[in-house]
Amino acid sequence: MLGSIRRYGTEMVHRTEQSERIIEALVEGEAIRGRSLWEDARRRFFRNNAAVGALICLGLVMLFTIVGPLFSQWSIEEIDWARMGNIAGEGHPSVESGHYFGLDGLGRDLYARTIQATRTSLIVGVIGAFVAVVIGTLYGAFAGFVGGWVDNIMMRTVDVLISIPYMFIIILLMVMFERSFFMLFVGIGIVSWLDMSRIVRGQTLSLKNREFVEAATTAGVGRFTIILRHIVPNLLGIVVVYATLLVPLMILVESFISFLGLGVQEPNTSLGALISEGAGTVIYGTPWQIACPIFFFLVTIISLFFVGDGLRDALDPKDR
Amino acid sequence: MTAYIIRRILVAVPTLVVLILLCFFLMQVAPGGPFTSERPLPPQVLANIEARYGLDQPLWKQMWDYLVGIVTRFDFGPSFAYRDRDVNDIIAHGFPITLTYGLISFVVATLAGMGIGVAAAIRHNTWLDYIAVGATFSAQALPNFVMAPILVIVFTWQLGWLPGGGWNGGQWQYLVMPVIALSTSYVASITRIMRSSMLETLNSSFIRTARAKGLPEHKVVWRHAMKPAMLPVVSYLGPTFVAMITGSVVIDVYFSTGGIGRAYVDSALNRDYAVMLGVTILYGGLTVLFNLLVDVAYAWLDPKIRY
Repeated sequence: MLGSIRRYGTEMVHRTEQSERIIEALVEGEAIRGRSLWEDARRRFFRNNAAVGALICLGLVMLFTIVGPLFSQWSIEEIDWARMGNIAGEGHPSVESGHYFGLDGLGRDLYARTIQATRTSLIVGVIGAFVAVVIGTLYGAFAGFVGGWVDNIMMRTVDVLISIPYMFIIILLMVMFERSFFMLFVGIGIVSWLDMSRIVRGQTLSLKNREFVEAATTAGVGRFTIILRHIVPNLLGIVVVYATLLVPLMILVESFISFLGLGVQEPNTSLGALISEGAGTVIYGTPWQIACPIFFFLVTIISLFFVGDGLRDALDPKDR
Repeated sequence: MTAYIIRRILVAVPTLVVLILLCFFLMQVAPGGPFTSERPLPPQVLANIEARYGLDQPLWKQMWDYLVGIVTRFDFGPSFAYRDRDVNDIIAHGFPITLTYGLISFVVATLAGMGIGVAAAIRHNTWLDYIAVGATFSAQALPNFVMAPILVIVFTWQLGWLPGGGWNGGQWQYLVMPVIALSTSYVASITRIMRSSMLETLNSSFIRTARAKGLPEHKVVWRHAMKPAMLPVVSYLGPTFVAMITGSVVIDVYFSTGGIGRAYVDSALNRDYAVMLGVTILYGGLTVLFNLLVDVAYAWLDPKIRY
């Protein structure tokens, strides 16, 4: 960019006519199109091979959960009576029996169950991150922007909530009400936004004394409009990064709960539940029952970590 | 410093009270009491049982009694499922076991993580650094419930070196796998935090000064860089502690150590709310206490902190 300005500069001395046009163009903001933060970030992200590879892996897993059921010959709860008597002998993964990932301990098709479990995990992760983004961002931005005693009360509340071991609260909620997807989402929604609100508040504090906010205030824009139109868009970068890093954490929480057998109820399943079942039966010579869910679990989590890391490198202004 | 500690305690106490009241409130609004069963009990029997557990009292009185019982007598009340045991018995039976391997895991995770992190930072951009970074990045995705079955498959069923579960008075063979399973992903996280923070510290100007005046490298690292570089790790110890507590439930269940996690999961499946609440509050209290210690340690380590 500097080079092109300098070139324009030397040409300006010779050709006044063209320089007029260039100056006009500069004023109109056409001659040098600024690169936005997002364009910059996209380029940096796609230069990061590990992150791009992880993104492709993640895309494949998602595609598998969408397209996979089309090829499934069994449902998640059908029991293959013909083979259930001898699972270790006949329940291994095979194409001709239609059980691509083999049978589980009760004679159900592991292919269909793994797809359903992976889908559960991904949905839980995305919903947790979504709740965190919506509640956490608004809460943190409001507290940080308003400041004073309101901020104090709001953030002390977060302090109190954050030091409660939340896993136990989610389990408590699920056991006391019902062990359904809905309750799981409620439980995860309750805890996921706390960290986000702290991060957003910190960023808001550093944003709110900047000139553009002052300009908006001078122009008579209301407080809530400033938060929504001026503060929140400037927080997006950091919010996207932390939301991406939150997705695997939410998946871990859900898998943890279902590993203990306290997650969603049968016949619905989840990766934690499948890992737990597989770990219990591996002694009977059925290694595929633990290998399949662990494979999908690790691929999903590690890809998400890499994508989140790549996004942080691309977007976090601290590391520039 | 004293004022700071007192102020922190003043924040910690309401946290505990909120936790206890929240748990109690949840128990009240949950549909179906602990004694609702398929076959309805005769009303008189039900009334007797409710009187025995104090459930016929007004709500505020139940809440107050529960709170006072915990604060003054450390009494979590009777269990709803086992007539002859109260929550304190269950905790007293399992908690020492959980605490033993939990503390060992915590120390292992902290020391190993810091050690590897410092080593990787000192040997920045060598093969040691690359291995540490690569391994810890993947190991972060190995939570206790994935590590535990993998360890058992390898060390118990394939190699036959270690027992696949049990406690046996805490002999070392029975401790190895629980500790590894519980600490792996936190060794990884602490290593990453320690490495990047040590790298940042080693690039700062006071380290250049220390090197310029001719100090040997080990003195530069241990006497000058270590203390400021430790700060991010110290602030991560709180979350690590919570994660150890939570993870111990999986360890107790999977390795049948006889720890408190088994009782917790059983009580969740039996809807024995009293035990669930007791364990939750105990762990919440430990968390609050530990966070208090971490904050004090942080204030002591970091001279820049405002009291």
